[in-house]
Amino acid sequence: MVRSHVLVCGGTGCHSSGSDKLFDRFEAELASAGLSEEVKVIQTGCFGLCALGPVVVVYPEGAFYSQVKLEDIKEIVEEHLLKGRLVKRLLYSETVAEDTILSLDKTDFYRKQKRVALRNCGIIDPENIKEYIAYDGYMALAKALTEMKPEDVIKTITDSGLRGRGGGGFPTGKKWSFAAAQSGDEKYVCCNADEGDPGAFMDRSVLEGDPHSVLEAMAIAGYAIGASYGYVYVRAEYPIAVKRLKIAIEQAREAGLLGKNILGTDFSFDVDIRLGAGAFVCGEETALLNSIEGKRGDPRPRPPFPAVKGLFGKPTIINNVETYANIPCIILNGADWFASMGTEKSKGTKVFALGGKINHTGLVEVPMGTTLREIVEEIGGGIPNGKKFKAVQTGGPSGGCIPAAHMDVPVDYDNLIAIGSIMGSGGMIVMDEDNCMVDIAKFFLEFTVDESCGKCTPCRIGIRRMLEMLDNIISGQAELEDLDRLESLCYYIKENALCGLGQTAPNPVLSTLRFFRDEYEAHVVDKRCPAGVCKKLLSFYIDPDKCKGCTLCARNCPTSAITGEVKKAHVIDTEKCIKCGACIDSCKFAAVSKR
Amino acid sequence: MKTLAELQALRDEMKTKIGVRKDGEYRMRILVGMATCGIAAGARPVLTAFVKELETRKLTDIVVSQTGCIGICQFEPVVEIYDADGTKTTYVYVTPEKVPKIVAQHVVNGNPVVEYTIGANAN
Repeated sequence: MVRSHVLVCGGTGCHSSGSDKLFDRFEAELASAGLSEEVKVIQTGCFGLCALGPVVVVYPEGAFYSQVKLEDIKEIVEEHLLKGRLVKRLLYSETVAEDTILSLDKTDFYRKQKRVALRNCGIIDPENIKEYIAYDGYMALAKALTEMKPEDVIKTITDSGLRGRGGGGFPTGKKWSFAAAQSGDEKYVCCNADEGDPGAFMDRSVLEGDPHSVLEAMAIAGYAIGASYGYVYVRAEYPIAVKRLKIAIEQAREAGLLGKNILGTDFSFDVDIRLGAGAFVCGEETALLNSIEGKRGDPRPRPPFPAVKGLFGKPTIINNVETYANIPCIILNGADWFASMGTEKSKGTKVFALGGKINHTGLVEVPMGTTLREIVEEIGGGIPNGKKFKAVQTGGPSGGCIPAAHMDVPVDYDNLIAIGSIMGSGGMIVMDEDNCMVDIAKFFLEFTVDESCGKCTPCRIGIRRMLEMLDNIISGQAELEDLDRLESLCYYIKENALCGLGQTAPNPVLSTLRFFRDEYEAHVVDKRCPAGVCKKLLSFYIDPDKCKGCTLCARNCPTSAITGEVKKAHVIDTEKCIKCGACIDSCKFAAVSKR
Repeated sequence: MKTLAELQALRDEMKTKIGVRKDGEYRMRILVGMATCGIAAGARPVLTAFVKELETRKLTDIVVSQTGCIGICQFEPVVEIYDADGTKTTYVYVTPEKVPKIVAQHVVNGNPVVEYTIGANAN
């Protein structure tokens, strides 16, 4: 008896702008309009267009309402749901046509996207296993258990060309076959949901929007390698993801899709959750295993690799959330289907979290081989405020900055490595002309210095020395030779650090040195920050010809560094000036500048 | 759930319940006049009768929606059905009792129920 579905985004982005309250208000307004029986409200995962949140989509019309506020709900219920009149002022502008609304697939943001890992995000209620089943959920597990041998499953995954989505890009099928080849009946399946890159929220969104897809894939992996137990290692900072995952596990157990003798077969598999306390290094697979075991989250030397000797010393596979989310589709649609998407060596799609200086902040999934330009300019809607694009940072603290000259590179694992960055887990931070590349490198290095576990010397001491060098550069105390010294230290650390964290920590510095050496040199030689970011190299100056002596800047200066008589040119005392920029913001005659 | 058949049965049952949630083309659109005149004349029960009938018959490629007043308030409740080719049929004085016949004859078999249309009732 339900004729209309109201989908309210319950992802973290929309949640933090108040979507949880929208849900209750909808229920209340529908009840008072007498529509509760015929209109159903569903809380879903992320739609992707987080910049326009909170998002509400009403079916069957497919009306996409953006930035919905509590007070808008009465209008949506009375106008749209009761009388059938769209509330045009709230519709996402790109979907509004003459007298009808366009499908979301036709908008710039969604047109080039291909949702595989995110297929159910924003479509199903993640807290209801039946909705997952409606979209062929657990059919892949059923197919694997009833029609395929474990080796067939591994062959399908291998043939599909799926590579690890956590960043390393190791072939998933190969990883599984190593673990399957180990003898012994005690093996483990782990899911790495310790997404720690600043600005990355791909895995979080999958767990929040479609937790069952990960559980189903873990069970399939368990069947393939001969494991009967799995752990999801997820950070405690993701409360919504953890909650939905717990509900999903409960529901799957109740439905008999986890537990003993799944679907009447001999196969048993169960999953438990381990919460991470937010240490970045625990996203490294061997540190993650230590943490699950209850030990300190230090990396272990490899080999032995986890596939041979992993959790509790037993053969273990560890895959990332997004990798798992692809698995059920591959089993159901076949390896050829998956391999038909993407580039020669990188198959399928990749989810990216778009952030920074970009209009459509949000979550996108595109086929491998889509160019950076398409992602940033078309899907992302370009740079706000008419600013000029400078670089895009991929791969978080382990990645690098890609300049405008490489914008037409098709994105895949190997191409990104060739231009000095990495795919990483999928964070993509866009920078414009106002970003200083030395400052960006320092930002990421500060992060890795904080997160270094301290076990190996190159990382513990080496990257701290790098940070000191960067500090000297941005404060104008470095020499040109310091740039070469910095570069050679980078290579030394890359070669000698114990785990991925240390080996990749120099990447942000190396890539900015490679593509933006002129900016480093400006800091070192000219003692100048071209983007006007590094405060120690800036001085503020009032142009006496432009200054009208209105005293506004002097009144706004927090340290009383500006003096001057009314209607006469003012002067900044650079000794007192703290370079906060309040004078620039307050001046109506553009007389204040930094240089 | 102990067998594959049970899983499949649950999936098929759930599919009909979420059919409304899709972007894209529908085979046919049923628009019920839900302006003040329509509601006053009893359009609400007609709308729910259509939804119920389509659900019973598992017709997920048909969309039921509301529309405003088209200016023939004396004929309310008015229901317009758009076929895939854009042909419009206007039914007047629709009651929940007339709905199953409209669905069976027009929606399923493609033959409009002439005696309920505006053409047959105008004079």
